[in-house]
Amino acid sequence: MAQATAHTSAHAQGQQHPIKLYLVVWAWLFILSACSYLVDYFQLEGALRYSLIVLFMLLKAGLIMAVFMHMAWERLSLVYAILVPISALLVFVAIMVFEADNTLLSRVEFFSPGS
Amino acid sequence: MAEQTFSRIEAVPSETSGLRSIAADFSSDRSAFKNVSWGKAMMWIFLLSDTFVFSSFLIAYMTARMSTTVPWPNPSEVFALTIGGVSLPLLLIAIMTFVLISSSGTMAMAVNFAYRRNRRTTAVLMLVTALLGATFVGMQAFEWTKLIHEGVRPWANPWGAAQFGSTFFMITGFHGTHVTIGVIFLLVTARKVWRGDFDHERKGFFTSRKGRYEAVEIMGLYWHFVDLVWVFIFAFFYLW
Repeated sequence: MAQATAHTSAHAQGQQHPIKLYLVVWAWLFILSACSYLVDYFQLEGALRYSLIVLFMLLKAGLIMAVFMHMAWERLSLVYAILVPISALLVFVAIMVFEADNTLLSRVEFFSPGS
Repeated sequence: MAEQTFSRIEAVPSETSGLRSIAADFSSDRSAFKNVSWGKAMMWIFLLSDTFVFSSFLIAYMTARMSTTVPWPNPSEVFALTIGGVSLPLLLIAIMTFVLISSSGTMAMAVNFAYRRNRRTTAVLMLVTALLGATFVGMQAFEWTKLIHEGVRPWANPWGAAQFGSTFFMITGFHGTHVTIGVIFLLVTARKVWRGDFDHERKGFFTSRKGRYEAVEIMGLYWHFVDLVWVFIFAFFYLW
C-alpha cells in the first residue's frame, strides 16, 4: 500500500518509467552505433553506404528523443512546438544544395581546377 | 464561486490527444504547455535554438564540401588509429561515440532515480555521467592534438580541401564546448542532489525557487541533446 502511494505521488511529480526500458534503449543505441561503425569498417560505397548511415542516424536520434528525452510522453502541443520548426531546416538544406551545385558549376566552368 | 469555476477549467484540459488538443492548448489564453513547467519548456526552447546553431554549421559544411573542386580528405583514413601495426579506421571516434552513449544511459537512469527520490543513487549516476563526459572531452583533446601535429589547420591540411580543417575545428570545437559546459552543469546539479536540496526544497541561489527533482530531468534534457548532436556529427562528418 505504502509502495502504491509512493508510486502515485512520484508519478504525479514527473516522468516515471521502469529501469528496464532505459537499459533496452541503451543496448539498442550500442547496437546501432556498432552498425554505423561497421558501415565504415567494411568500406561500403555509394547509395547503400549513405542510406545506411542516415537510417542508423535517424533511428538513434529517434530513440534518444522519444525515450531518453521523454518526448513520447509529452503533451502533443510541446512535441509539435519543437519538431515543426525543425522542418524549416530541411528547406534550408534544399536551398543550400542548389546553391552549392551552382557554385561548383561556376567553379568548374570558369576557373580551372587546382589553380 | 468564481474561484471554483476557474480551478475546474484549469484542471481539465478539453482535449487530451490529437490535433484538436494542440489547437485547444494554444488557444486556451493560458499557459500553452499544460503539465509542463516553465523550466522544462524553456530548456526545450533553448535546445531548439541550439539545434538551429548546429544545423547551420552542418549545412555550411555540406555547402563547402559539395561546392569544392578539390577532393575532400577521406575521414576514414584521417581518423584511423594504428594499434599493434594494424590500422583501424575511425577507432577513436567509435570509442568516443560509445562513451557518450553510455553517459546518456547513466543520465537517463539518474533522472529515473531522481523521481524515485533516491538521493544517493541519483548523485552517483550523475557523477558517472560527468566522468564519462570528461573522458569524451579528453579524447577529443587527444584527437585535436594528433591532427594539429599532422598539419591540419583551419586554412590548410595535407590531404585535400582546405575547408576540411575549418569545418572540423568549428563543429567539433563547438560540440566539445557544449560537453564541457554540460559536465560543469552536471557537477553543480549533482552537488545539489547530494546535499539534499531537492528533498528539503532549499531555495536556489539565483532564482530563489524551491528546489525540485525536476531540475535533474531538465539537466538530462541538455545532456541528451549533446549526445543527439554527436549522432548527427558522427554520421555527417565522420562517416559520410
